[in-house]
Amino acid sequence: MDAVAHAPAVEHGPSLHQRLAARGIDAVTLLVIPAAIFTLLLFVYPFAFGFVLSFEPKAGGDWLANYRRFFSDPFLYKTIANTLWLAIPVTLVNLLLAVPIAFRVRLMRRQRLLTTILVLPITLGTVLVAEGLLNYLGPQGWFNRTLLTIGLISQPLKLVHNYWGVFASLVITGFPFTFLLTLSYVTGIDPALEQAAATLGANAWQRFRHVYLPLLMPGFAITFCLSFVQAFSVFPSAVLLGEPAGVTRVISIAAATAAFEEYDYSMASAIAMIMGFVQLAIVVVVLASRGLFYRGPASGAKG
Amino acid sequence: MTIALSQFDEVRLDRVSRDFGALNALRDVSLTIRRGEFIALLGPSGCGKSTTLNCIAGLLPVTGGAIWLDKNRVDTLRPEERGFGMVFQNYALFPHLNVRQNIGFGLKMRGRPKAEIDRKVDEALDLVRLRGQENKLPGQLSGGQQQRVAIARAIVIEPPLVLMDEPLSNLDAKLRLEMRAEIRRIHNELGATTIYVTHDQDEALSLADRIVVLRDGVVRQVGAPKELYEAPAHFDVADFMGFRNKLKGQVVAIEGDRTILDVEGARISGVARERVSVGSTAYAAIRSDDLEVGEAGPNAIAATVDTIEYRGREFVGTAHSAGGLDFVFRSHVPVELGSRIHLRTEDERILVFAEPVQGRQ
Repeated sequence: MDAVAHAPAVEHGPSLHQRLAARGIDAVTLLVIPAAIFTLLLFVYPFAFGFVLSFEPKAGGDWLANYRRFFSDPFLYKTIANTLWLAIPVTLVNLLLAVPIAFRVRLMRRQRLLTTILVLPITLGTVLVAEGLLNYLGPQGWFNRTLLTIGLISQPLKLVHNYWGVFASLVITGFPFTFLLTLSYVTGIDPALEQAAATLGANAWQRFRHVYLPLLMPGFAITFCLSFVQAFSVFPSAVLLGEPAGVTRVISIAAATAAFEEYDYSMASAIAMIMGFVQLAIVVVVLASRGLFYRGPASGAKG
Repeated sequence: MTIALSQFDEVRLDRVSRDFGALNALRDVSLTIRRGEFIALLGPSGCGKSTTLNCIAGLLPVTGGAIWLDKNRVDTLRPEERGFGMVFQNYALFPHLNVRQNIGFGLKMRGRPKAEIDRKVDEALDLVRLRGQENKLPGQLSGGQQQRVAIARAIVIEPPLVLMDEPLSNLDAKLRLEMRAEIRRIHNELGATTIYVTHDQDEALSLADRIVVLRDGVVRQVGAPKELYEAPAHFDVADFMGFRNKLKGQVVAIEGDRTILDVEGARISGVARERVSVGSTAYAAIRSDDLEVGEAGPNAIAATVDTIEYRGREFVGTAHSAGGLDFVFRSHVPVELGSRIHLRTEDERILVFAEPVQGRQ
């Protein structure tokens, strides 16, 4: 009591240093500066530059001329549908393949080996996979030759230079990414929840439907978005394996044509902006739907 | 109360074994549990008590032996087909379902009509005293409330057997005592046959009708709490039952029901619980409550006081002998740190055990 009574009266508040520290700003905060500069120079500036450029048409006219041209020319606006028609089914197929495999792999001991095998296609890159598929799925490729030999077909199937060639390539390059994300979400769920459901009488399907699925939906939404954005920006396989003048004329091809064949950077920027907007719209819709599901921690107990 | 538990006479474990690779987690565990009994599986961590429970629940397959519910073999059934209620150590409540949905989960999986589910969940809520909390998510509940939900969820399906895996170990000391009384009350109200896993002998002693002490995957002793507390059959069981003073010595004589040990020159005479022969090494086990400060003489051993703690009614101290034995004793008067004292007790308070065989037996 004495110590309190005789304590000197505080005449000044906490220093600026202390007040900043209380808000979480201290010397460590400076460590974000390199990342901030990097983002500013390599993302924010080019993005803003392209955004402004898209409103300054090369051929003159008013500021919306590029956008008006895009949406009045079927050869251009159809690329949106073409790209979506590839990206959405591919993403869904990848997710639907990844979920059951992730559920099996979750129980395996040697996950690291499998992970390495799966990461390989990502590191090889889309061009190598496209070249490989071109040979494998082509009219004289092993796939068709095998089917012809065992008599399942009498004519080689046309599997490249069309929609299915690009589809196959996107599944192969996109699957590992989708799978690894899915696996991390699946293994993040406390196995005791499944055991509890089992002791309460839930069979395997009921455990998936009533326990895993609701807890995984938010993770699946994120996985869908990231995989979708990857598939939406398809370019090499659409050119190499697809029909770049027809069904697989995707939006990135339209942008490349504008930029490097017509030298119309303003138009290319406008297409890039439209591409970005479409991706953003889909991602926003998917992420907003997460609100319909439980999004808290996926374990029963407090930490 | 209309939560009516399924009728059966006994659950029988017949030489149940479980191997993890080369390790025998359980070896030939045989046990018969009668309807309405509260059984505690007690033992140190790694003794196989949770493994036993998981084998009964069907979460781990047994690698040998069988489990019977009366005349029906259940160890070959999947967990969802056994219908045993289980309460998990971390509760394992479904985080996305509210209290009502969590409790009603098992009934819903069984496809019961909604009206019946609502009625039974209401009763379960009353039983665990969680009325008014039914729309909260598990994350919004305290640890004790989560535990009540976990218990309600397990018993609302009216299981023949309720399995509890260290249900109180995540709670703080005060709440643990409250929930212990709560579990006993619920057991008394429902008469549910319960197998309760714990490493806390106080919990086992206060809750169980019978205690099964496990060590290294082997049943060491089965008995009523009083029996185990007063007459542990083996040295390790005694160790678990609070015999904290373990005096290693040589058997010098056996006179009637008294076995006399030479412990660092002192004559200690006690009751043998295992066969010992003159000349062999043996242990005298004494509960810390029974070891008191006294005069030199029979059953007294000289020691130097290391610590002394005030515990309200009495003092609890630690001391060591010249030969390096450690003691925990009690005293009604404060003793000086570092002082030389004599610690003693009565013959019948001393249990003599043979030297335990080293390693897994």
